[in-house]
Amino acid sequence: MPSVSRLAGLLQAGRFVVTAELSSSNSADPEATWRRAEVLRGSVDAINCTDNTGAHVHMASLAAAHLLVEKGLEPVMQLTVRDRNRLALQADLLGAAALGIRNLVLMSGDDVTAGDHPDARRIYDIDSLQLVEVAATMRDRGTYLSGRTLEQAPSFFIGAVENPFAPPLEFRPLRLQKKVRAGADFIQTQLVFDVPLFARFMTMVMDLGLTEKVFIIPSIGIPRSARGAHFMREKVPGLHVPDELVARLEKTPPARQAEEGIKIAVELVQAVREIPGVAGVHLIGIKWEEGVVQVADAAGLLPRPTLSPLATVGGSR
Amino acid sequence: MRVLERLVLAAEKPLKEAIWDCRMCGQCILHSTGLSCPMRCPKNLRNGPCGGVRADGNCEVYADKRCVWVEAWEGSRRLPIFKDHILHLQKPVDWQLQGTSSWINLVSGRDQVAPRGWEANAER
Repeated sequence: MPSVSRLAGLLQAGRFVVTAELSSSNSADPEATWRRAEVLRGSVDAINCTDNTGAHVHMASLAAAHLLVEKGLEPVMQLTVRDRNRLALQADLLGAAALGIRNLVLMSGDDVTAGDHPDARRIYDIDSLQLVEVAATMRDRGTYLSGRTLEQAPSFFIGAVENPFAPPLEFRPLRLQKKVRAGADFIQTQLVFDVPLFARFMTMVMDLGLTEKVFIIPSIGIPRSARGAHFMREKVPGLHVPDELVARLEKTPPARQAEEGIKIAVELVQAVREIPGVAGVHLIGIKWEEGVVQVADAAGLLPRPTLSPLATVGGSR
Repeated sequence: MRVLERLVLAAEKPLKEAIWDCRMCGQCILHSTGLSCPMRCPKNLRNGPCGGVRADGNCEVYADKRCVWVEAWEGSRRLPIFKDHILHLQKPVDWQLQGTSSWINLVSGRDQVAPRGWEANAER
């Protein structure tokens, strides 16, 4: 049976996938988005378009994802429940489907107080798990949450997120299980720096039998400088950056810190790849697509496998 | 407002606010959340903690407060019954019930009314 997207097809074929995060755009010129995205072409299987990441305003993920579709690049559209109520979320999901967007990652989102509009009203009409269920309802039942019938149901490959490193640690795998029951097909995790803790999480996930039902893709961050690593540790909600990592970068001369960051990321990719149940990696180089390509290359993840266009349905208009 | 509802509210509101810092959502799920009111979560999450919980178990938004869901998880482990109700998929909040009596809504079954599209998937 054909897959709903290239990402879905590769995962279902048992290939180790590579996704990456696209720097969010603050430009009304689509070229700004395309320029960053072109760097990733051929080095990753799908590209995440973030939704007001870090609660800072940027171009809508729906628009960015559509710009990628126009260029034959496969997007993963992130959507948070922070900025939209259930009407707006469903409207955007249906619109995304009509624009050829198939991969979703649905999440709560960083709180508005973490961003550049801390005075904003937060929405949280429904929660992230409920949004997963809403997307699955639209896809599988062909109705809105209200029960009203869609003329044509969307095809989605539904992703959700989990943070294996945030308390309560024992509940995290169970919360992931809830998301799978709600309809999640794949999971992208929070950035992994603490490999043993992530391995423990994966053991619990495997014990629940979840890797039979959902593809788990850990995120790997590519620190570009000691300052960047420091910022991530202090300012980004839910990130657990070990002191040793920051110290390792601080010991490196500034001119060679980017190189050391690549090395760190490659080591992390190789370490998580050894953990049973890991289906791929999601590479995040903050405003640094070139770093993503270097890590993919040095970690032996290139070239990316090809997937016959006939193997997917509705990947583009 | 009917007299009965006013009387029930007069008993329910101060009691639940005092004990659980209740936000009067009118669709109480305290027994599924280890007696930690999920509406105190700044993100109103009904199905579990967000990814922003701090390493010390405090809230992403209020650094000096325990995460509501860390308390919910710990509380649920201590419950003699309803332990596994924390695993239930909670339906979206019905904001029409905000400020009404969850006790009356429980007896009448009004708090069990889910959106039709949600009910269709209830077996999951």
